[in-house]
Parts: sequence; structure tokens; C-alpha cells
Amino acid sequence: MADPTSSVAVLTRPYRAVLASRIRSQRSYRASFTVDLVSSLLVGIVELAEVGVLFLNVDRLGGLELTQILIVFGLADLAFSVADLAFGHCDNLPTYLRAGTLDVFYLRPQPLLLQLITSDISLRRLARAMVGLASLVTGLVLVDIDWSFAAVALLLVSALSGIATFAAMFVWAAGAQFFLIDGAEATNAFVYGGRYAASQPASVWNRPLKVVFGFFFPMAFTAYLPTVTLLGLPGTDLMPSWLGWCAPLAAVFTWAMALLAWRIGVRHYRGGGG
Amino acid sequence: MPTSIQTTGRTYWRLLVAGFRRQSTYRLAALGGLIANTTFGLLKVAILFATVRAAGGDLNGYDIGTISAYIWISQGLLGSINLNGRSDIATRIKDGGIVVDFLRPLDVQAASVATEVGQSIFALIPRGLPTVSIGVLVVGMDVPSAASGYLLGAVSLLLGIVVSSTTVYLVAAAGFWLVETRGLQILYMVVSGFFAGLFVPIDLFPNALRIVAECTPFPSMLMYPVDVLSGRVAGLEALGLVGLQVLWLVLTALAGHLMTRAGRRKLEVQGG
Repeated sequence: MADPTSSVAVLTRPYRAVLASRIRSQRSYRASFTVDLVSSLLVGIVELAEVGVLFLNVDRLGGLELTQILIVFGLADLAFSVADLAFGHCDNLPTYLRAGTLDVFYLRPQPLLLQLITSDISLRRLARAMVGLASLVTGLVLVDIDWSFAAVALLLVSALSGIATFAAMFVWAAGAQFFLIDGAEATNAFVYGGRYAASQPASVWNRPLKVVFGFFFPMAFTAYLPTVTLLGLPGTDLMPSWLGWCAPLAAVFTWAMALLAWRIGVRHYRGGGG
Repeated sequence: MPTSIQTTGRTYWRLLVAGFRRQSTYRLAALGGLIANTTFGLLKVAILFATVRAAGGDLNGYDIGTISAYIWISQGLLGSINLNGRSDIATRIKDGGIVVDFLRPLDVQAASVATEVGQSIFALIPRGLPTVSIGVLVVGMDVPSAASGYLLGAVSLLLGIVVSSTTVYLVAAAGFWLVETRGLQILYMVVSGFFAGLFVPIDLFPNALRIVAECTPFPSMLMYPVDVLSGRVAGLEALGLVGLQVLWLVLTALAGHLMTRAGRRKLEVQGG
């Protein structure tokens, strides 16, 4: 009987080899990597500034104070950046489709989606994840929180579910690219628009927005709802205070949708010709 | 017999039309862009309307009508204003194709800007107008009260498009010295949107930050055209903004001209 850990090691070896080479290649062009890190850091700071500027003019937004918004922004941006680091390059699919290079993936004895996901890793996103983490920690320190086991568990579960949810969004978008090709921006509306939505207090949304970004693409579950639950704030229309505990369900739902989209997309694909 | 100025003018006009036509073939891309603009627009409506209401109906001079106009016009202009810093000419400078461009009896800078402006003007049809229409019809927004406001708004919009092309050209022209301009392009992408007022209007910035923004060409690309087109700024003040845009156009065009001339002497084509 084979040792299960060693068989996992054997199975994942090709993927680990590709990822390790990607990491080495990014680190070997030092100047380029530094530029990438700094620009990624700037992106995070600019996005935080966008929220901060609003609070220069008001004390509360959607029932949240600045310190509480820092938690929402931090959770959302941390989860998105980590998902972007590992899955963001799924956005390159239209390039492969147009150039016909996706067919190369079919020649290898590995699942297509797994190859696409492990084909790259964008270490530069770490800088932006740090901005999210800093915002989250600052918020958690400044807000008076009753630190119980449940609170810690809620925070950890939400962060992990958030990463999974955003990762699924990238996979869903990739599946849709098989049909869209030139219209990749249509999915950006929900992937990157989703990130933007996730960092907002969902209490400011009207009902249609709540349906789209609260439940269909469950962006509110990545940051806003867990924060409401954590801080014991009152719920709003369609969104009771306890809903933050359901973040894992949202992640499972998004992944189901993503895998379905991917499956339909791959079935539709007829090769690049040539 | 046409004069030489007329002939030259016609050449660049044709390049502009070619850019316009080229963009018109990417219909699905335009639709995708429209969906993205509208979705972001609706999210911005939610958060910025809530901010205006939380501020008691007056957010540093913005009310619901003007902030709505800001959101929809700025989203509508996204397809026409280059805020990512990428351009075809940058690729040609990097791969050496620019040598062929220098051999043509055309000004390299003017030809590149004319083509880009043509593409940008086309983008107003599938992306600009529908986005603003959604703002007017679905959400409601302020518009200029007098015909002169629309006329000045159109001028300001055109100037914004041209300034964005002449500024992006500078990023490309830096390639004569740097060869790889990706770092500069990424920096441009991060800074331009923020200072152009894409995320929040620059009038909401803290004073020091607003002054920094006003010392760059970026507000001329988006913020000023939005202010004039929405009628938030009118009369002499609007003329002042258009004047600033002309100033930035002259400065960036002149810098591009000088860089092209110096770069031509510096140009080294890799490989052979």
C-alpha cells in the first residue's frame, strides 16, 4: 500500500516544478520585480485612499465608521490579492485562445484547469495583500471587539472563504472567455467590479445591487457581512446580522458556478486550428 | 491646386479616420466595456450617493445631481481616455519598427496622436453615449443649462482626449532611452486614474493632494471635461479650465516633439 503523502507528492510534483520556476524567474529580474512590487503597493494605497477621502467629508457610511470600514476594506483586499496572486493569470486565457496556444495545454497529461491555474504565480500581489492586511489589523486594533473563540473563528473562516470566493470568480470569468474572447471586459465588470463591491458597505446598495453583488456573486460575504457579524451591528434589508457565518456557503456556491462555467466553456471550445 | 498645409492636414485627418474605423471592428469588446462601465457606475452611485446624503446633501460642493453627472460622464469617458499608458508607438519604439516610421514623410508624433485620437472618438459611440444615457435616463443627473455649456463641453472633451494621447506619447518616447518602458507605463496607470479624478473627484481630496494633482496633466484628461460637460463649472471658470487644458496640450506636445527629435539621434535598434 503506497504511503498517501508520498503519492500526493508525486502527483503535485509537475505543478510544484512549474510554480518554483515561475518564482525563480520573477526574482531573477530584480529591477523589474521591484517595479512590480512598488506599483502593486501603490495600487493598494490608492484604493485605500479612495475610501479614506470619502471619510474626510463624512463620519459614517452605510452605518459604519472609518475604523470599521478599515476591517471591511482589509478583509476584502487581503482576500482578493491572495486569490489574484494564485488565480489572477486565468485572465490570460483570451490571449491563449486568440493565439491558439491553449492547444498546447491539451498535449499534457494534466487537467486543463489545473494547468492554467498553476501556470503562473504573481508574487507582486503580495505587496497589495500587505496593504489589505495592514488595514485589517489597524481596524481590528482600533475597534472595540469582544475577542472570543467565536470571533477568532469567524475572522479566520471568513478570510479563507473570501479567498476561495474571489478565486472562483477568476475561474468563472475564464470559463466565460471561451464564448467572449474579445469581450473580456464584460467579466471584468464582475471580477474587478466585485472586488470594488466587496470593499463597500453593502448597506448602501439598492435591492438589485444586493441581489447581484450580495448573493449571485456573493461579494458581500467576503468582507462586509462577516464584519457586521463580528461587530454585532444591526442587519439591513435582506441581510440579517448573523449572515456573516455563511461565508463558506457563499464560497462553495461560487465554486460550483465557476466549475460549471468552466465545463461549459471547455465543451464549447473547438481548438485554435492551424 | 491644394497647398502643402492642406495636403499634410488631409494625411493626418485620414490617419484619424483610420483609427476611428479600426476601433469600429471591435464590437464585442465595446459591449464588454459598456457592461463594465455601467456596473462600476451603479456601484459608484451607491457609495457616492450615500456619502452625499451622509454629508447632509452637500459634499464639498457636490449634490446628488452633480455627483451623478460626475459618475456617468467619467465612466463614459473611460473608453476614450488612455489611463493605462499603453500605446502602439511604444511597442514600435521597443521592437525597432519605429525606424520605418521615421522613413515616412510624416511627423511620427503627430501620426501616432492622430490615430489614437481617432480610436478614442469612435469609443464615444458604443461606450460614451450609452453610459451617459443610462445616467440621464435611469439614474438622473445634472446637465448644462445653456447651449454654450454643451459647445464648451465638446471642446473640453476633445482637448481631454488629445491631452491623454500626447501624454501617453511621452511614456512611449521615454523608450528611446529606456528601451523597456513597462515600469513607467505601470506607474502611469496607477497614478493617472487617481489624479485624473476617476476614483473620487479631486475637489474632495485634501488640499495638498489636490494641488499635487493640479500640477499634473491628468485632471485635464478627465476631471476638467467632466466638470465642464456636467455644467458644474460654467461661464468664465469653465473657460479657465479649457485654457488649462490648452496649456497642458501645448506643454505635452512640445515635450513630445523635443523628445522625438532627440530620441531619433539616440535611437539604437537592437539586433538586425
